[in-house]
Amino acid sequence: MAIEFKPSPSLPPPVNSVGAVAWVRQNLLSSPLNVFLTLFSVYVMYLLIPPVVEWGFVNATFTGASKAECTAGGACWAFVGVYFKQFMYGLYPSEETWRINLALIALVILIGVFAVKTVNKLYLSLVIILVYPVVAYFLFAGGVFGLEVVETSLWGGLFLTTLLGVVGIVASLPLGVLLALGRQSNMPIAKSVCIVFIETIRAVPLITILFMASVMIPLFLPEGMNFNKLLRVLIGITLFSAAYMAEVIRGGLQAIPKGQYEAADAMGLTYWQSMILVILPQALKLVIPGIVNTFIGLFKDTTLVYIVGMFDLLGRIQAATHDSSWLGTTIEGYAFAGFVYWAACFGMSRYSMRIERKLETGHKRN
Amino acid sequence: MTSTNMARAQLEKGEEAIIEFNDVNKWYGDFHVLKNINFSIKKGERIVVCGPSGSGKSTMTRCINRLEEHQKGTILVDGVEMNNNLKNIEAIRKDVGMVFQHFNLFPHLTILENLTLAPIWVRKQPKKQAEEMAMHYLERVKIANQALKYPGQLSGGQQQRVAIARGLCMQPRIMLFDEPTSALDPEMIKEVLDVMVQLAEEGMTMVCVTHEMGFAKTVADRVVFMDAGEIVEANEPHEFFDNPQHDRTQMFLSQILNH
Repeated sequence: MAIEFKPSPSLPPPVNSVGAVAWVRQNLLSSPLNVFLTLFSVYVMYLLIPPVVEWGFVNATFTGASKAECTAGGACWAFVGVYFKQFMYGLYPSEETWRINLALIALVILIGVFAVKTVNKLYLSLVIILVYPVVAYFLFAGGVFGLEVVETSLWGGLFLTTLLGVVGIVASLPLGVLLALGRQSNMPIAKSVCIVFIETIRAVPLITILFMASVMIPLFLPEGMNFNKLLRVLIGITLFSAAYMAEVIRGGLQAIPKGQYEAADAMGLTYWQSMILVILPQALKLVIPGIVNTFIGLFKDTTLVYIVGMFDLLGRIQAATHDSSWLGTTIEGYAFAGFVYWAACFGMSRYSMRIERKLETGHKRN
Repeated sequence: MTSTNMARAQLEKGEEAIIEFNDVNKWYGDFHVLKNINFSIKKGERIVVCGPSGSGKSTMTRCINRLEEHQKGTILVDGVEMNNNLKNIEAIRKDVGMVFQHFNLFPHLTILENLTLAPIWVRKQPKKQAEEMAMHYLERVKIANQALKYPGQLSGGQQQRVAIARGLCMQPRIMLFDEPTSALDPEMIKEVLDVMVQLAEEGMTMVCVTHEMGFAKTVADRVVFMDAGEIVEANEPHEFFDNPQHDRTQMFLSQILNH
């Protein structure tokens, strides 16, 4: 007689392996070394946190017109308050800053529209990539529709930092993809051009490139054929991070099993079809951490434009600390800069983790 | 090579060849991997290619759609010569479906998207039509209910059936199978072979590299035995298994059948 197979029922886990107590036991007190490290960390936090809180909040001064009014012994946040507009917009005329705010709000709305299911994502991407930058440029620079012209030399603060970062990021990714594909190409000329470009750029510090862009290029160009310094710096930053991006993406391309390329070929897809539809979506997903790493590095590297006489967020803060009525506020200034950069970079990092989770399709290998 | 053991490698007069190998040679560096391959396959024929590993059987099959490039000789597929002309390569690949040992489904696309990708982009079919056809083939391989899952969520046997359906969606005239069951657990081999048998019964031209001798006996029109880059023997299955001409073939068969 056949015996019917019945799997035994699943049992709940033992009580001491779930819950908060179990978490503490597992993560903080699992071994003598861990107990020691936990206690040590608590002690270090005890040493550090109270003085910082006291300086930054309890004894801090939040309003006032000069350093002399900060008498409580703590941080002088009044400095940041007074200079806040400059930190955000640089020397952009204050009655025109609504143009920057408007462009920012428009961008947030456009990106928010992505969440709406019924919208054609392709058209929306095209609007963001092709239409938005043009509109934003005229909004910032003025000269059309009766908008007052604002010279790019007045652009500064967080506005300039964001502009450099966003343009650098948006332009360097596609360029990096092209360079990575070129480096893997079978065509000898394309391949050598890409290798020479990547290796040259990577061998040069960003500062050198910025100097080249701001000082050398105008010397080489014929009289009267000069173009905007901001544009030159933007191109320099973009090329610089594209070279790094290319190597990150090449790592992703190499991680894709050969079978994926073969399957795409065997179907009759053309080179570009198989790259865009099959290989790149997988390769880029694999290297999201590396790409975001490059983005974050690029965002922080934009502070170097200070050296070629452009006043981004850090540059503005440094300039403000030299104000004679606010001498001695360097720490507050740098703390504020550190906080803004941290918030931006942490945001990017969290966002990238979200994207990674969203793109996870339950496979690790094929 | 004597004329007797090669008798069935060439077609008889009047038979129309859909794949023709003429003196095909290929080297990997100094290693001569395919040596003077002369072989014709007619429309609707089911060919099983067997042989020890490293014998060049996969390489020969992959030359048909130029996943491997041959350096000497000519390969004609459906009258089109496989050479460096991109137009020819694309034309041939449109007509030749391929199933791989490791499935090679695209893990970032759903099953349905895997099937409709080539019809939409290569055959320029409207999305709706491509999806209808994809569902038709998924039903034939009995996994229509998995259409919206990702390949990583399917078993090996299911993935390989999807891969076969994906090949069929391009409505190819020839299907190539490169060891389609070698990466599968024994329990899953049968479900894949069943699909292949069904396909064979419908008259698809098939070239199948496999170690499944049972499949070769029941389905193949001709079995090709390769060793060291050469076609040693090609014959109808009953002749091939019951009366192998060549010593090398006899040795190979005794090794794989006697256990």
